[in-house]
Amino acid sequence: MLERLGHTVEFPVQQTCCGQMHYNTGYHHEAVPLVRRFVELFRDAEAVCVPSASCVAMMREHYVMMAEAENDPAFLNEVRSLLPRVFEFSELLVNRLGLEDVGASFPHSVTYHPSCHSLRMLHVGDAPVKLLRSVRDLTLLELPNKEQCCGFGGTFAVKNPDVSVAMLTEKDACVVQTGAEVVTALDNSCLMQIYGGLHRSGSKVRTLHLAEILESTGGLA
Amino acid sequence: MSIVVGKTSKAPDFPIAAKTALKNDQLRRNVAHATNVIRSKRALRVEEMPDWEDLRQAGSEIKAHTLAHLDHYLEEFARNCERAGGKVHWARDADEANNIAIKLIRRYGGIEPGVEVIKVKTMTSDEVQMNHALEAEDIKPIETDLADMIVQLGHDEPSHIVVPALHKNRFEIRDIFRAKMRLPDLTDQPEDLTNAARHYLRNRFLRAKIGISGANFAIAETGSVGVVESEGNGRMCVTLPEVLITLVGIEKVIPTFADLEVFLQTLPRSATGERMNPYNSIWTGVTPGDGPQAFHVILLDNGRTKLLADDIERETLACIRCGACLNACPVYRETGGHAYGSIYSGPIGAILSPQLQSLEHSRSLPFASTLCGACYEVCPVKINIPEVLIHLRGRVVREEQKTLGGKLSAENIAMQTAATIFQDHRRYEAAQRLARVGQTIFKRDGQLTNLPGMAGGWTRSRDLRPIPKQSFRDWWKIRSSQKDKEPQ
Repeated sequence: MLERLGHTVEFPVQQTCCGQMHYNTGYHHEAVPLVRRFVELFRDAEAVCVPSASCVAMMREHYVMMAEAENDPAFLNEVRSLLPRVFEFSELLVNRLGLEDVGASFPHSVTYHPSCHSLRMLHVGDAPVKLLRSVRDLTLLELPNKEQCCGFGGTFAVKNPDVSVAMLTEKDACVVQTGAEVVTALDNSCLMQIYGGLHRSGSKVRTLHLAEILESTGGLA
Repeated sequence: MSIVVGKTSKAPDFPIAAKTALKNDQLRRNVAHATNVIRSKRALRVEEMPDWEDLRQAGSEIKAHTLAHLDHYLEEFARNCERAGGKVHWARDADEANNIAIKLIRRYGGIEPGVEVIKVKTMTSDEVQMNHALEAEDIKPIETDLADMIVQLGHDEPSHIVVPALHKNRFEIRDIFRAKMRLPDLTDQPEDLTNAARHYLRNRFLRAKIGISGANFAIAETGSVGVVESEGNGRMCVTLPEVLITLVGIEKVIPTFADLEVFLQTLPRSATGERMNPYNSIWTGVTPGDGPQAFHVILLDNGRTKLLADDIERETLACIRCGACLNACPVYRETGGHAYGSIYSGPIGAILSPQLQSLEHSRSLPFASTLCGACYEVCPVKINIPEVLIHLRGRVVREEQKTLGGKLSAENIAMQTAATIFQDHRRYEAAQRLARVGQTIFKRDGQLTNLPGMAGGWTRSRDLRPIPKQSFRDWWKIRSSQKDKEPQ
């Protein structure tokens, strides 16, 4: 989709993880080398597109503080210089590139789950909704109680599986209630959770990242 | 030191307690209904405020300033309170606070067995388990807040900071009142229940010589103490008895009377969705011939000063106990308050209890959150609860890593392995390939439905899509090499 819009996309294959899982679970020291690795690999990029709101939240909320604790001024400077060039996928399109219509076509009904990190940490607002509204033939259906967490929460999902699933059950009931064919979000982690419950209960609702919808020019296979 | 935070030290781990709570459908319906109602009321009362964000910021700054100079403001409060005829006592922990209260009750004539003292809702007294301490001395504490009374009569524990009996519906309350007030014909109509409570309490208000209160604020500038409430029982408790004992956590001090301008707007809107509380009682020392003629303030530490040294931990003490984070929390919504094993439940409880008491007794609480940020969004003093939770998780992990059992725990090994894999993309790709092969034995109808170990927590109730035959990286590499071959 980005190439269709005329941009050059590079994917440094050396990249692995932003460190969020370790950091949010309390493994703070273990996350530091991953932060260093990310900064090293992406420091020369014009814009870094991250198709995961929670990873961007990790970077914006914690990288500076982590770099400060490292007592390494050069590293801290690199973090500070890189962060303004890091964009969540919908931020990149709407805020950085000024786009709403990316030339996509998707003849399906879709409901949008605003993931917690995109909503309350990145404050992406209605950027993803603007993008979805501009997709040809797409019917956007409002998700009831949309701002409530899906219950994923990283390692929360396995450390507190019962509560996680109770939260998921509420979320999936709302998704099913919309009658949409597809539920989308800016975080594959939430979608993995939502899918896990939907598929177990036999629902046919598909989970797709927003990028997959915006890439489409004809709909689901 | 005997730092006590409710019954935290005897509570089971959150995931275990939560499992029990999740099986109680009635409880979950009650909690979901009550939190929905308070949430929508709060939202209405917040949306109508054009300067809400400024008020939050102001509240946050007042608290940050006060906590940075807490010694100064506490001494100023104590001086001014005593100048106005009050007496200030300093309690390092729960035992000291309870002993001071018991001695005062004895000194003011509460010597006959079963002597009654009336109480207005105070979480701090629940924190130090004051009722148990008083009962052990044959002193009878009478809770006069409707919800606290329900909890006390039902031999229950509070499940919410502001609405302690939130987990009970009116039918359950009717049954408690029927049994304890000997009113076999009592209906479940709210008016009848309220009337029953009024009749039950009226004589107790009138005959009690000693009252015990908490405080929402202790104002350094004037030495005044304030309580806000909705039922009028607080007003009676702080005006009718001859003697008033007020238990205050040291973080409740604010510098000036004018600071109330901020908190009297944010607290009621956040707590109950009201523009202002029906009863706002603020009193200063003793006024001859009017109200209690002896006034004692117990300033309680009970672990609070430990939090002052650290920037992130200190934020916790800014809490004004509005309970908005509980009502907003999707975890609390599912489990209710008892699962947190502490009188402080929900997101604020998950950071407050482990820090006051010690991580040892509540190490599962910092993990009882998805870090969704709903708590931070509604907090009227802008406590970044997710940040504090992550900080405490770090402390738990580092403490556990010091022990052999912690080093060898499945979680630590998994996390160390993952960290090693993530440090090299070749290892990462190899791990992906390995998992793709390994997962075949767990596949059923193309899904992962029964994974071992920690991942089993996932697949017990959720499916997992297997790792695809071609990963994004594989696809990208093939695509790039094809592109390279294309004529330019």
